[in-house]
Amino acid sequence: MSHLHSRPSLADRGQSLGMRLITRAGGLEAMKNPALRARVEKVLYRGARQGFRAQVAAGRMFSAKPGSGAPTRSKPATPRHEFDLTPTDDQQMIRDAARELAEEVLRPAAARADAERHLPDEVRRQAAQMGMALLGVPAELGGVAEESSAVTSVLVLEELARGDMGLAVAVMSSAAVANCLVDYGDSGQQATYLGAFTDEHDPARGALALLEPQPLFDPARPQTRARRDGEQLILDGTKSLVPGAAAADLFIVSALVDGEARLVMVPPATDGLTVSDDPAMGLRAAHTGAVHLQGVRVPAANLLGTAADHADAVARARLAWAAAAVGTSQAVLDQVTSYTKERKAFGEPIAHRQAVAFTIADIAIELDGLRLVVWRAAALLDRGLDATPQIAHARSLVERHCAQIGSDGVQLLGGHGFVKEFDNERWYRDLRGAGLMEGVLLV
Amino acid sequence: MIDLEVPRKFVPLVRQAAGLADQVFRPISRKYDLAEHEYPRELDLMSAVIDGLSDSGASQGAGARTTSGGSAEPAGVGAGSRAAKSKGGNVNGSNLSSVLSIMQTCRGDVGLTLSLPRQGLGNAAIAAIASDEQKARYGNKWAAMAITEPDTGSDSGAIRTTAVQDGDHYVLNGEKIFVTSGERAELVVVWATLDRSLGKRAIKSFVVRRDNPGLKLQRLEHKLGIRASDTAAFTLVDCRVPAEDLLGDPEIRIEGGFGGAMQTFDNTRPLVAAMAVGLARASLDLATELLGRAGVTAEPSAPAHTQPYAAARLLQLEADYEAAYLLTLRAAWMADNGRPNSMQASMAKAKAGRTCVEIALTCVHLCGATGYAETELLEKWARDAKILDIFEGTQQIQLLVVARRLLELSSAELK
Repeated sequence: MSHLHSRPSLADRGQSLGMRLITRAGGLEAMKNPALRARVEKVLYRGARQGFRAQVAAGRMFSAKPGSGAPTRSKPATPRHEFDLTPTDDQQMIRDAARELAEEVLRPAAARADAERHLPDEVRRQAAQMGMALLGVPAELGGVAEESSAVTSVLVLEELARGDMGLAVAVMSSAAVANCLVDYGDSGQQATYLGAFTDEHDPARGALALLEPQPLFDPARPQTRARRDGEQLILDGTKSLVPGAAAADLFIVSALVDGEARLVMVPPATDGLTVSDDPAMGLRAAHTGAVHLQGVRVPAANLLGTAADHADAVARARLAWAAAAVGTSQAVLDQVTSYTKERKAFGEPIAHRQAVAFTIADIAIELDGLRLVVWRAAALLDRGLDATPQIAHARSLVERHCAQIGSDGVQLLGGHGFVKEFDNERWYRDLRGAGLMEGVLLV
Repeated sequence: MIDLEVPRKFVPLVRQAAGLADQVFRPISRKYDLAEHEYPRELDLMSAVIDGLSDSGASQGAGARTTSGGSAEPAGVGAGSRAAKSKGGNVNGSNLSSVLSIMQTCRGDVGLTLSLPRQGLGNAAIAAIASDEQKARYGNKWAAMAITEPDTGSDSGAIRTTAVQDGDHYVLNGEKIFVTSGERAELVVVWATLDRSLGKRAIKSFVVRRDNPGLKLQRLEHKLGIRASDTAAFTLVDCRVPAEDLLGDPEIRIEGGFGGAMQTFDNTRPLVAAMAVGLARASLDLATELLGRAGVTAEPSAPAHTQPYAAARLLQLEADYEAAYLLTLRAAWMADNGRPNSMQASMAKAKAGRTCVEIALTCVHLCGATGYAETELLEKWARDAKILDIFEGTQQIQLLVVARRLLELSSAELK
């Protein structure tokens, strides 16, 4: 499909986005027509689902499957060599769908999910139904992507985290595993694991676990080690703040292998792997746990990608966190903009005071600056170009400015910001995390 | 399709502006910093190149040119909407090419960029609000901008210079300061009020010829930085200006009267932001090189807190630089596409202004004695930087503009 130059048919659209997304986005009322719907459904299934039938196994055992030839990867986007800040029609549709999910499902569930440290089944079901976890997976592999989708991913993460960062992480962390398989897996690994993650009804859960507990952690030098023993790897180490660790079907951990940081797939049921609870200041809806590896043996074939792929995953994860920070910062801006116009002190709205108004202006300025850096980095990635500097810049802006935005978001409400009457104290906790997390999310 | 790289069609022009910065400006940068008020004659020698650059549409110099690409197309807000639309309806026009080339020339030298003939801020004002007939008449002349008065800075609505109609002339009286290129320009765009009791909406712009006997040059200022650029103070004493030299609408409108004059800022603020971005780039490049020679290199992929302080600081400064850079491109892109950009222009100016001061001062600090001494240009850039957070609206004014727009508050509500 070439949506730039020709008007795509309905079937094209259906295939590129996933019909669930389209109907949910409300972009096409016509999809409510059963005849039309059936036709698109047929196109979807014929084109996208062949070869990767969903497998639903009790306890989710992955049986090794042979792949055929070269792995399937996302295709790079074709640039137009123009400065442009307008998303494509497809991106806008997916973004609208994500916004709707964020506003109608995530935000209302956020406070309770944070308190209970639990992703409600209903939220998980709705997100899965909209195909949010499939955005980076090419149609040939059972997903909905036509080409590399870092821009789409940052737009979606931004919207979801505007709803709630903790729930966004809970919902999207399994997508990171799927994306790793798409981007770095060989055809056998894709055949063995990906089907479970693209299953429509009960997609597998997983986590990309890079972070470790020690201060000054550098993902390029993990303390987790993997020794080779014949055709096996023996892993030792600890991974921190792993979302949904207790219920995961698959971990992708980083470990030092032959002196290089690499990605290794580790099924949770492997001997020597234990999970303990690891609650943190924020991101509580993601129910973070620690993964302990003691003499854990996996086949050497569980190595995923190369050392360069590991570095790529680190960078893409940082960009994803920056996108999430943009969304939550936007939530802060939205809230303080209306609150300070309503809240009165000394006989007039506090927004009428420069000390308050300028703080809000600064939030907007730093937020927009970060958003543009995130978009630039994502667009570079989609073209297959190096985005290392931009991702480093985005992370630096998140570390400093988004923590400040979280703080200002509480400060502007005074005591009301400190109590759980409003969402602001949760945003304060979540925004502090976005600049220090590694792994977990992936664009 | 989201893409924030320099458009391919502007790459040659940016390269040309970079050549101007490196080959022409840098070698004479210190000379005219030390020789304040001396006219940089080298720029005359380069005028052919500069005009070539301008006419190609790549450079708007310090202001938006009244013509671009040889046609009488104003480079103002909305100019882009008249430009040829690309397939996707996206326009990369003269506003974007202007900020891109100014970033380069100001990486060379801000004061010298401001001294480029026929590129004054007055030209931007003419581009924004002049009639077609006026644009044709002033098209090739160098125009300075005279707004500020001794008692009126940021509150430009309170200016006291008066304009009284007398037959087919206006008679101007008052005092103007901080007129960039005021000595060298051929025209000075003067803001004056037709009736002080009517406030902002009675303010009009008048194009005054520099040789008008009523326009008297009082002095040139001695400044912290941008010394290559002359900053003039004038008095206007019974200065008679032909009525056809009033820019735009001569009537006092209840609505939007001041808007015409203020609209200039939507054009010029991204340009000044671009100056700040260019200067910041210069400071960062040199500091990175000097620190590299001293054995410190920033590693973008490693966590900042595992790196030496100087390296970590460089990473932070680069990050804020990039935010300022992209905010500036966005404001220009919006203007090219005919979108209202007042708030985004002020965001760009606010971020770029404060960031360039922080970057320039920090680079001096990180390089120690070498940064502070006149042997390198870091100290000069730190002095030049400060004006960029002041002129065309101070940091505080930009925050006011942004806050009023965001919060939808009037100037009476948010003072």
